[in-house]
Amino acid sequence: MKYTLGSFIVLALMLVISGCSSKGGSMDSGAGIEDKGTGADGGAVTSGAAGGSDYSSYSLTDPNSPLSRRVIYFEYDSAEITDSDQELLVMHASYLVGNPDQSITLEGHTDERGSREYNIALGDRRALSVQRIMELNGVAAEQITIVSYGEEKAAAEGHSDAAWRLNRRVELVY
Amino acid sequence: MTKIVKLLILACMFIAAHASAALTIEITQGMEGAIPIAVVPLGWRGTGAAAPENIAAIIAADLNRSGRFESLPDRDLVAHPVTAEQVKFQNWRMLNVDNLVIGQLEETTAGQYSVQFELFDVFRGKRLTGATIPAPARDLRRVAHYISDLIYETLTGERGAFNTQIAYVTSSGNSKNKSYTLLVADSDGYSPQTILTSKQPLMSPSWSPDGRQIAYVSFENKTAEIYIQEVLSGSRRKLASFKGINGAPTWSPDGRELALTLSRDGNPEIYVMANDGGDLRRLTNSAAIDTEPVWAPDGKRIVFTSDRGGSAQLYRVSVTGGPAQRLTFDGKYNAGADISPDGRKLAMVHGEGGRYRIAVLDLDSGLLRILTDGQLDESPSFSPNGSMIIYATGAGNREVLSAVSVDGRFRQRLSLQAGNVREPVWSPFGK
Repeated sequence: MKYTLGSFIVLALMLVISGCSSKGGSMDSGAGIEDKGTGADGGAVTSGAAGGSDYSSYSLTDPNSPLSRRVIYFEYDSAEITDSDQELLVMHASYLVGNPDQSITLEGHTDERGSREYNIALGDRRALSVQRIMELNGVAAEQITIVSYGEEKAAAEGHSDAAWRLNRRVELVY
Repeated sequence: MTKIVKLLILACMFIAAHASAALTIEITQGMEGAIPIAVVPLGWRGTGAAAPENIAAIIAADLNRSGRFESLPDRDLVAHPVTAEQVKFQNWRMLNVDNLVIGQLEETTAGQYSVQFELFDVFRGKRLTGATIPAPARDLRRVAHYISDLIYETLTGERGAFNTQIAYVTSSGNSKNKSYTLLVADSDGYSPQTILTSKQPLMSPSWSPDGRQIAYVSFENKTAEIYIQEVLSGSRRKLASFKGINGAPTWSPDGRELALTLSRDGNPEIYVMANDGGDLRRLTNSAAIDTEPVWAPDGKRIVFTSDRGGSAQLYRVSVTGGPAQRLTFDGKYNAGADISPDGRKLAMVHGEGGRYRIAVLDLDSGLLRILTDGQLDESPSFSPNGSMIIYATGAGNREVLSAVSVDGRFRQRLSLQAGNVREPVWSPFGK
């Protein structure tokens, strides 16, 4: 339940921000996150404006769409999701809510350090973190499939910090 | 600490006929105090000009690989006796050879052979053991390993583990187009047999106690599933494909049950099920990761990895459930355990200071000893006689297998000519 409050805040923020701008307008995450208190306040009142944060008609194939970002990264041995990644996940959640026939697979991955089955469990934990945020934002459980590949499917080869950073990830696969 | 001698025997003679898939073995750290032994090339009586296998070379290599023996190089052999009457012990005493192996390979009928050997104590001038073993051509390597086992047991008092196999996983190709294989090879890396090939990851092979079946995890259906496959026939069945993780299968010592990791209830937990997939029961119940179960040899307790204390450590729980007891306290990360055949030692991946090495915990004394010096060592597996641990390690940009003696003094490397090798598991003793 670690992410409950955080994701509601982000959701509320999204409502406020998108309420002020037309669809597809600026999504300046930096400014939004700094204003958490006010955003949460306003969001509680203006929840009716949800239509404004609707990403359901965004394209999954347009490389310029915010939905084209489909990988989020993690710290070592951690499943914690950063604020900006939460924001991204809320956009994907909005798309899925608006397209209930669309399903998504959340693939959890880890870097190569440590034992392989532990890494399967760690990749699963990361995918579950993402799933939780999506479900809190209205995505139906039936739309989401989780699979953890642990360290078995590295995105970057090599044994460096740089490679490891790219491998600790959850991939959103439509 | 004993002074370590570098032997660096590049074992060209180990390269099998099917060289592309064979593992080559390199002894990277030898042991002072290894027992000197002479293995004389066997006499040959048959239709061909040369014997179909160099039995003596296989035996000598086996004994060298144990770290306990150092065989005399062929060029230093002062004589080539075939029968006991031809042995002049004083010649071998002068070479400071403690023991001598001689014998004969005979073709009895077409394609059928008889292998005869004798082991002598050179200083006492006494025959210690010997045997005559009939075999078809395809079994000659196995007979050589069997003789190595007899010699090893006679001289050390400990059962040999040469006539055994290892299962392992390889991967090749780039991240866009990978191929994974599950193989079984003799313990010296020879005669590798592919038992499964997949475009998706294969993981966590585990031998049944009778050595006839291997359980493993396959992602061939884009999700983790556990299969059990007959090693010889290749026939297989799906054991577990619940929602979420189906991982880390290991057999109970009596072969009737498997422990495994499932996340079907939302979180990775340890379960036990019958080998036909029935009688599922859950052993752990924590919000943390619980995985990598292994059975104690008495079948009554299971050691597993959990991060319930904040980081991955090893715990032990009764197979009937109940509270778990933490076993490891040294180091930030201890995971992926294997239990020695006598149940008194745990091998594990030990992470400390950014390095992941293989360590052994003595359960009686509580002492932890680091055995390897890699950066990313993993997947330790005890030999069935408990004397060696095989594990996966990095070499340059590749993954290779290494084996280390349980006291850490002797090390060897097994590598494929190409591709990555990992997750070695040593078979039980042959039946």
